[in-house]
Amino acid sequence: MLEIRDLHVWFRLPDGGELHAVRGVSLDLAQGERFGLVGESGCGKTTTILALMGLLPPTAAVAGEVRINGQDILAGGEDSVRPHRWTDLAMVFQGAMNALNPVRKVVSQIAEPIELHGLGSAAAARKRADELLDMVGIPVAAGQRYPHEFSGGMRQRAAIAMALACRPKILLADEPTTALDVMVQAQILNLLVGLSQDFGLALVLVTHDLPVVAQVCERAAVMYAGEIVETGPMASLYHATSHPYTRLLFGATPDLYGDEAVTSIPGAPPRLDRPITGCPFRPRCDSAFDRCASEAPALRDVTSGHAAACHRNDLPAAERAARDAARSARSAAVEPAAGARTEADW
Amino acid sequence: MKARPEIARGDGEPAEPPLLDVEGLRTRYPVRRPLAERIARRPRRWVQAVDGVSFSLRRGEMLALVGESGCGKTSAAQTILRMVDATGGTIRFEGRDITRSSQRRLRPLRRRIQMIYQDPYESLDPRFRVRHTVEEPMLVHGIGGSKRRRQEQILQALERAELSPAELFADRYPHELSGGQRQRVAIAASLVLDPVLLLADEPVSMLDVSVRAGVLSLLDNLRRDRTMGILMITHDLSTAAHFADRIAVMYLGRIVEQGPAREVVRNPQHPYTKALLSVVPNRDPLARSAPQILKGETPNPVEVPSGCRFRPRCPIAEERCRAIDPELRAPAARRAEGHDVACLLA
Repeated sequence: MLEIRDLHVWFRLPDGGELHAVRGVSLDLAQGERFGLVGESGCGKTTTILALMGLLPPTAAVAGEVRINGQDILAGGEDSVRPHRWTDLAMVFQGAMNALNPVRKVVSQIAEPIELHGLGSAAAARKRADELLDMVGIPVAAGQRYPHEFSGGMRQRAAIAMALACRPKILLADEPTTALDVMVQAQILNLLVGLSQDFGLALVLVTHDLPVVAQVCERAAVMYAGEIVETGPMASLYHATSHPYTRLLFGATPDLYGDEAVTSIPGAPPRLDRPITGCPFRPRCDSAFDRCASEAPALRDVTSGHAAACHRNDLPAAERAARDAARSARSAAVEPAAGARTEADW
Repeated sequence: MKARPEIARGDGEPAEPPLLDVEGLRTRYPVRRPLAERIARRPRRWVQAVDGVSFSLRRGEMLALVGESGCGKTSAAQTILRMVDATGGTIRFEGRDITRSSQRRLRPLRRRIQMIYQDPYESLDPRFRVRHTVEEPMLVHGIGGSKRRRQEQILQALERAELSPAELFADRYPHELSGGQRQRVAIAASLVLDPVLLLADEPVSMLDVSVRAGVLSLLDNLRRDRTMGILMITHDLSTAAHFADRIAVMYLGRIVEQGPAREVVRNPQHPYTKALLSVVPNRDPLARSAPQILKGETPNPVEVPSGCRFRPRCPIAEERCRAIDPELRAPAARRAEGHDVACLLA
């Protein structure tokens, strides 16, 4: 339903330079599918979905194709995106729950875009707004209240209702639960999963939180320095990880019941206002070899539907295993696991 | 492995007092009344933010205070720091009752109790070089000796915060540092005062996943190497499970369960703890458990329910829970010393 082919975004910098924020992202999304876009701050995940919405600032230049049901929506600039924005593609912005108008009742804020899009009279818009409130689990009577009377979770539900106003087929949600408590996070994630199951809504969940994606999405892509470095079904990303960044990211995420050490990834992502030679992750990678410095790895299938951009995957299996063994021996020798927990330690 | 002081000596000498001993702590804030209520002289209402909290912390130990926003964990920390006054209970620091000490008498103690804040983007002065930020606390407290001696201590503190080479970092401005490095600068600025108690309020929640583990390991090492105790306030149970020795779960101003971290996570006895643990997302997508999502959100601490305060949201509440406010005590299924639960049914 949604196809992205080789999407690039550049930002013009005040000093005349250029920042290459998104560097050739391709992905596909089927109807009703839940897809996770994971990465750390500055990896280009938000820029990617803003590009889909045609909402990047004028300093940005976009190249590539974004097709909805076969139709390229980026080709004609704003004129070709506008008919799709909110009606096909809708977005819940990061911090949307804090961007509600404080002096207007929640229900009228949801009704307003419906009316402005010419989807119905004031009365019809109001009726649709009540439906939307019900869909996101807000009692219809509560719609008569003002945003400050709502808790964080309720405001996030209202923000989701606003995005759904024009019956979009794809919902892009940017860090929808980051500021929320775990229990409220679970409620909102439950709502999003329910919406995709009940109404066939496709969901792109943008987050830095791998466990959230693991629990909500069927497929995911891990982004680093503006590129997708690994993508595939969530289960194979976790159980058959094929990119060192994904592996290290999982290793940096504490698990409730896991006893293994949680280790941070040394170094920082590369600057995107300069050309990158070789693999962008090489300076932080624990498995890099000579080829990684000179040649940028392409995103290639490891198994069907699971792709990674890593030269390591081209090595013969035996050599890969030998390198892995050497690496774990090295890390065990260097780090007597700061923050590691052993059974005896508890 | 952990430098733990002797607790009780065989020869009948009194045991060393805990570093921090909090008993029955209460803190309340007045609720702002609308003008009409003030004119009508309606009684002032109070938010009972901390409502009878008791715990103790030893040197070399890390205790995690876990709970959702509004549960009173930050208020408890502020009361311990004497930034707000307790309305009841006692705070003993190294055996001395400081609950009502004057601010003048507190000053020498302030040096020894330091706070690490959540947001290293806000807590550092953007116009100060790192050197200046780390020096300032010494100047405020009039310690550190000569200028040259202070410079040495700055570099030592930076090294201890694992910012090396320290010389290089000392001359940087905050905007030249990553989030993790900024938080390390904040930690170095408290280390120059030689604190024995660190209160860390969500120390990594603003940081990227890849650097969180590093900052947490740093805190972990600090309390192991030095005779320091750490009280970590967090909403993240996975982090608490990995790095803390003990976990105290707070709900509506009370500790509802506390015990060794492993016990609280693997053998939870309070229905609130069980629900909280069930909604923590697992990074393995195949390990999707059935989350037990509680309805609603933490109620308003102005109107605390009668009897057990968790009763209105509790899945197993009985009639007697309405009348009896349960105390923290050993549960029937207790497997480890020091595991206490405030539930009639545990």
